[in-house]
Amino acid sequence: MSTITRSRRRTIAVATASVVALGLTLAGCSSSGTPADEPGGSADELEAALEEGGEITYWSWTPSAEAQVAAFEDAYPNVDVKLVNAGTNTEEYTKLQNAITAGSGAPDVAQVEYYAIPQFALSDSLVDLAPYGFGDLEEQYTPGPWGAVTVGDAVYGLPQDSGPMAMFYNATVFEKYGIEVPTTYDEYVAAAEKLHTADPNAYITSDTGDAGFTTSMIWQAGGRPFTADGANVTIDLQDEGSKKWAESWNRLVDGGLLATTPGWSDEWYRALGDGSIATLLTGAWMPGVLESSVPDAAGDWRVAPMPTYDGTPVTAENGGGGQVVLKQSKNPALAAAFLKWLNADPASIEVFLASGGFPATTADLESDEFLAKAPEYFGGQKINEVLVDAAKNVPSGWQYLPYQVYANSIFGDTVGQSYLNSGDLNEGLQAWQDQLVDYGNQQGFTVE
Amino acid sequence: MSTETIAPAPASRSGAKRPNYVRRTPNRQRKSIVLTIVMAVFVIYSIVPLAWLIINATKDQGDLFSTFGLWFGSEFNLWQNIIDTVTYRDGIFVQWFGNTLLYVIVGAGGATLLATVAGYGMAKYNFPGRRAVFAVVLGAIAIPGTALAVPTFLMFSQLGLTNTPWAVILPSLISPFGLYLIWTYAVDAVPTELLEAARMDGSGEFRTFFTISLRLLAPGIVTVLLFAVVATWNNYFLPLIMLSEPTWYPLTVGLSQWSAQASGVAAQPIYNLVITGSLLTIIPIVVAFLFLQRFWQSGLSAGSVKQ
Repeated sequence: MSTITRSRRRTIAVATASVVALGLTLAGCSSSGTPADEPGGSADELEAALEEGGEITYWSWTPSAEAQVAAFEDAYPNVDVKLVNAGTNTEEYTKLQNAITAGSGAPDVAQVEYYAIPQFALSDSLVDLAPYGFGDLEEQYTPGPWGAVTVGDAVYGLPQDSGPMAMFYNATVFEKYGIEVPTTYDEYVAAAEKLHTADPNAYITSDTGDAGFTTSMIWQAGGRPFTADGANVTIDLQDEGSKKWAESWNRLVDGGLLATTPGWSDEWYRALGDGSIATLLTGAWMPGVLESSVPDAAGDWRVAPMPTYDGTPVTAENGGGGQVVLKQSKNPALAAAFLKWLNADPASIEVFLASGGFPATTADLESDEFLAKAPEYFGGQKINEVLVDAAKNVPSGWQYLPYQVYANSIFGDTVGQSYLNSGDLNEGLQAWQDQLVDYGNQQGFTVE
Repeated sequence: MSTETIAPAPASRSGAKRPNYVRRTPNRQRKSIVLTIVMAVFVIYSIVPLAWLIINATKDQGDLFSTFGLWFGSEFNLWQNIIDTVTYRDGIFVQWFGNTLLYVIVGAGGATLLATVAGYGMAKYNFPGRRAVFAVVLGAIAIPGTALAVPTFLMFSQLGLTNTPWAVILPSLISPFGLYLIWTYAVDAVPTELLEAARMDGSGEFRTFFTISLRLLAPGIVTVLLFAVVATWNNYFLPLIMLSEPTWYPLTVGLSQWSAQASGVAAQPIYNLVITGSLLTIIPIVVAFLFLQRFWQSGLSAGSVKQ
C-alpha cells in the first residue's frame, strides 16, 4: 500500500515538474505579482473600472473587431483599447503560449476559438470570470458555445459566434443531375456516387482530413471521445459514435468520392464557384464566406439541415469562438468589463451581425429580423431559419482535449494518412489516439 | 593560372586557320545533350514560379480562382492590385516595407561592418586567444539560427525587448559565417607585405584599414553584404516569434498573416494582395543582387606585390 502511494506521489511530482517545464501549467510564473492572482472581483467592480478608465490590449483577427473597439471607446471615453491582430487562429495561439511561458507580453483580452479554450483554461492562464457575476449571463447564450467557455462553475470567457453545422449544397448542380437533397448519410453516399458517375470531375464534397471537421462529425454521430477532469483525461476514438462516423465516411473515402482539394486553398474556392464541389458540411458562419469569396456562384447555393444517421435531427458545433481574459492582465476588472460589453451588449453585437457573423446569443438568433433575412445569394431562401434550427439540435456533453491545438496539428500524420491511402479511417483514428495518449502522459496528464 | 593561358589557344588557332564549317566540329563535340536538357529543365524549374507570380499579380481575386494559373485572366488588374496592396488596412504594407528596410539596413549593414572589422582583425593581427576565437566562430556557424530562436526569445522577453525592433535587429547583427568568410578572404586578399609597406610610410592602423584594406576586401564585403541582406530580408521565424504587434512586422510575417486570414470562421481571402505583395517584396532584392554583382570581381590586388 505504502509503495503504491509513494510511487503515485512521485508520478504526480514528476508530472507537475514536466508540465511546468513545458509551459502548459504556468501558475508559477504567469501569475506572480499580478492582481489577477487574488481571488475576488464583483459585478460592481466592472462599472467602477469602466468609469476609472485605463488602457487594455485586445488580440483579435475577426473583421468586426475594429468597428467594435471604436464603438466601445465612444461609449467609454476613459478607456483606451489597443487592438492588435496577432495572427489568425493557431498563429495567435503560439504567440499567446509564448507570452504565457515568458511571463510577459500577453494581451488583457484575446480571441480564442472554442477548441483551444480548454488548453488555456486548464493551464491556469485565464481569469475565472464567475466572481464578476458572469455566471448569470448563461441564459443569454445557446448551450453549445456556453458549454465551451465554462469548466464546471468557472467561466473562462464569453462566446462571440457559433457554428451549428448545416449542409450547404449547390442546387444548380443537384438539379442538373437530378439529385435529391439527402437527409441521411446513406442518401448522402448515394448522392455522392450518382454525382461522381455523372461527372467524373465533380465530387459531393472535399475532405483531405481536417481535425476540426472530424471532431465535429464525431460529435454529431454521438461520440464523446475526449473527457478531461483536471489532470485526468480519457481518450476513446473507437467509441460508438466515432465508429459510426468512420463507417459512413469510409464509404466515401474508399470509393474515391471525395475531392482531394485542400480546404481554404485557392483551388477549393474555385471548386466552390464552378460546382465541382457540390456540398459543404460546415458551420453556420459559412454564408458570409461564400458571399464574399465565391461571388461566381451567386444564386446556386442553398442550405439544408445536416444529413443524419437515423432521421432524428441532430447536428454539432463547428468552429466559432469567444474572448477570454488573460491572467497576465494588470487590470482584469477593466478587461472583464470590456469583454462583457463586447459579447453581451446589444450595441456590440449589432456591429458583429452587420459584418455577417452568426451570433451565439439566443435573443439575436430568435429575433424576427434575423430569421426573416433572405439573401439573394441563396436564391432568397430564409437560410437563418435552417441555421437557427440547427443551433437548437446541438447535443451537449462534448469536450475537447486540454491539448487540442497540438492534437489537431498531428491529425494529418495519423488520420490524414488514411485519407491519403484511401485506407480505413478507424486505423487512422487509432493511430491518432495512440499518439495523443503518449503525448498527454508526457505532458503530465493521466491519460487512459 | 595555367588553365587561363592554355584554354583560349585551340579556339584561336582553329579560327585562324580553318574554314567556318570545320571550326564548328570541336564545339559540337563538346556539347552534351543530356547536360543541355538538365540545364533547360533547371531553368524552367526556376523561371516558372517567377512567371506564375508575375502573371497572377495581374489578376483580381475572382480571376485568380476561375482562370488558368499560367496565363493571364480576363482583365489586367496589376495597377489596381498594387494600389490595393499599399492601401489595404491604412497602408500597413508600406509600413512593413519600411520595417524590412530598417531591419536590413541596420541589421545586415551592421552585421557586414562587424564581420569585416572582426574578420580582418583575426586575419592580420596576432594576439593571444586567437585559436579560441577561431573555435567559437566555427562552432557558431554550425548552430542553426532557428535552434537559438526560442532561447533568444526567452532572454529578450526578460530584458523587455520582445515586441520592439531590437528583438529582430540585435540577433541579425551577428554573422559568424560572414566573419569567417572575411577572415579567410583577408588572409589572401590583403598581402601582409602591403600592410608593412604602409606602416613603413607612416600610415596608422586605422588609416591603412580604411584607405587600403577596405578596398582590397571589397569583393568579400559585397559577398557578405549580399548574404546578410538576403538573410535579413527573408527572415521569417525570428520576427514571427519575437513580434506580436503587426506595426513592427517585416514583409515576410505580414504577408503570411494576410495569407492566413483566408481560412476559418470570418475568412477574408485576399490572395490577390498576397501575390502582388510577394511580387513587390522580391523586386528590391532582385535589384540589390543585380546592382551589387558588378562589385564581384576578385583579384583586385593581383600583381601588386612581387612574391
